[in-house]
Amino acid sequence: MREVMTKTMARNIFFGGSLFFIIIFLGLTAHSHYQIVTKTTVAMPLTDSVARGKRVWETHACINCHSLHGEGAYFAPEVGNVMTRWGVTESPDDAFAALKGWIEAQPTGIAGRRQMPRFHLTDEEIRDLTNFLIWADKTDTQGWPPKDSG
Amino acid sequence: MKYESQKIAFAYFLTAMLLFIVQVSGGLLAGWIYISPNTLSELLPFNIVRMLHTNALIVWLLVGFFGAAYFIVPEEAGREIHSTKIAYYQLAILVLGTLGAVVTYVFDLFQGNILLGKDGREFLEQPLWVKMGIVVAALMFLYNISMTVLAGKKTAITTVLLIGLWGIAIFFLFAFYNPHNLSLDKMYWWYVVHLWVEGVWELVMASILAYLMLKLTGVDREIVEKWLYVIVGTALFSGILGTGHHYYWIGTPGYWQWIGSVFSTLEIIPFFLMMVFSFVMVWKGRRDHPNKAALLWSLGCTVLAFFGAGVWGFLHTLHGVNYYTHGTQITAAHGHLAFFGAYVSLNLAIFTYAFPMLKNRDPYNQVLNMASFWLMAGGMAFMTFVLTFAGTIQTHLQRVLGQYYMEVQDQLALFYYMRFGAGVAVVIGALLFVFATLVPRREIISAGRTTALNPAE
Repeated sequence: MREVMTKTMARNIFFGGSLFFIIIFLGLTAHSHYQIVTKTTVAMPLTDSVARGKRVWETHACINCHSLHGEGAYFAPEVGNVMTRWGVTESPDDAFAALKGWIEAQPTGIAGRRQMPRFHLTDEEIRDLTNFLIWADKTDTQGWPPKDSG
Repeated sequence: MKYESQKIAFAYFLTAMLLFIVQVSGGLLAGWIYISPNTLSELLPFNIVRMLHTNALIVWLLVGFFGAAYFIVPEEAGREIHSTKIAYYQLAILVLGTLGAVVTYVFDLFQGNILLGKDGREFLEQPLWVKMGIVVAALMFLYNISMTVLAGKKTAITTVLLIGLWGIAIFFLFAFYNPHNLSLDKMYWWYVVHLWVEGVWELVMASILAYLMLKLTGVDREIVEKWLYVIVGTALFSGILGTGHHYYWIGTPGYWQWIGSVFSTLEIIPFFLMMVFSFVMVWKGRRDHPNKAALLWSLGCTVLAFFGAGVWGFLHTLHGVNYYTHGTQITAAHGHLAFFGAYVSLNLAIFTYAFPMLKNRDPYNQVLNMASFWLMAGGMAFMTFVLTFAGTIQTHLQRVLGQYYMEVQDQLALFYYMRFGAGVAVVIGALLFVFATLVPRREIISAGRTTALNPAE
């Protein structure tokens, strides 16, 4: 390699090239940020309830069993499209009832079956979480997941 | 050991090894819950176990990097560390933060509290006060190391190492930005996660590897450092835009499917180069370094990183493939071998190299240490294979045929049993590594007949 390139050349290529790609990356993220805010997540308004629901999702560390848009743990089902799977994206009241019923039935205690812990959520928290999951479900995720099974 | 302050590394490496044991034990427990799901389901649910497993991993790798920097920089810069006191305070903050995080997770204290409660974004679950502690510790570290380097000799190894370590701190700042918009949250979350492990961590990895090659093979510094710049160049050129492979399905625009596919495919190059580099250096090198175990870990690191991060990463990185495999056991398979190959093995390599000096004993062959390498590497490889098979079946049943998640999981039980077995081998290997590093003071297996026969060959 001695003939092809000196150490100084290699160093300069490293610094210059990295800077070049960082600038392109920052530009593209800025554009994506704009697209997210104006296009891909506007199917449903981001209300205070949705924001509170996200917080409920976070404070109970749901992501460490479930996945959301395919990211998270792989121990429990995908929930980015759970409202579609349940067929309740357009009826928040049914969605609330379904989610409340599910959460309050846990843990099942059935031997040999994965257990979801009992989270003691108020009705308001469950409604916020419902709205958050409907909001996430309506995000334009480029057609992912391929099947409703998530 | 030439410099007194290199001793700082001892405390860092010990802490790292302790957390390593916590990490693999947590992993083993999580693997057990997969096959016996009622275990501890109310006392210590799976999500908490997994947080301990992943967080312990991240913290011990970072503590190992810090320790490695304290070990390497004095030799490279040709002077003592700026302040040993700062270094020990920094470690104390990190240990306090780690204990705080563990107690908060396990007992679910202060749930929902902005400052004290856990913040449940994946890998960034640490309570806010712990995150702030991490920043303080990182700043102390960077100040300490930068002052040492600035006052001393500047080599390519310290330059790249410093850029990597500064990058770690800078990108961690995005952990404090958590917008209400989930898609924005995810996009910037990857600034921490991807730009760490597929960006600046690779700089740290390459520079430590370059240092090890320099010491173990005795090849010219000029050659090693040129390789180093080429490797880290390809790492960042591919890795930065390679972030796009996480922007396929989270509400980001469609153009990422092309950018992500092209650049993340190129991410295999730095790992391939690191593998070629280490083998070429060993072939070219004239030095017969007695620490064969450190050499084994260094070479093993580059090979396993090439397969785990490079090949298994490429396996599911093209957007047409990832559409089906995203978030299945394929991802878990890749994650395990990539982290083990690239970052775990690298840390264990520098520990193996440094401990004989830190403990003031001979760097003999270390048969037990080498046995631990084969146990861990074999276990992780087997785990990766079985999870890949599990993921392939899962992808077909769930993503192509549309069967329900739990129905599919029930059919993967056999693979989860085998994964647990592989995990047992890894944990035994990890315990053996710690024993081999800390306890024996001379070779346990005598050289025996083969050496005696050597002159006759």
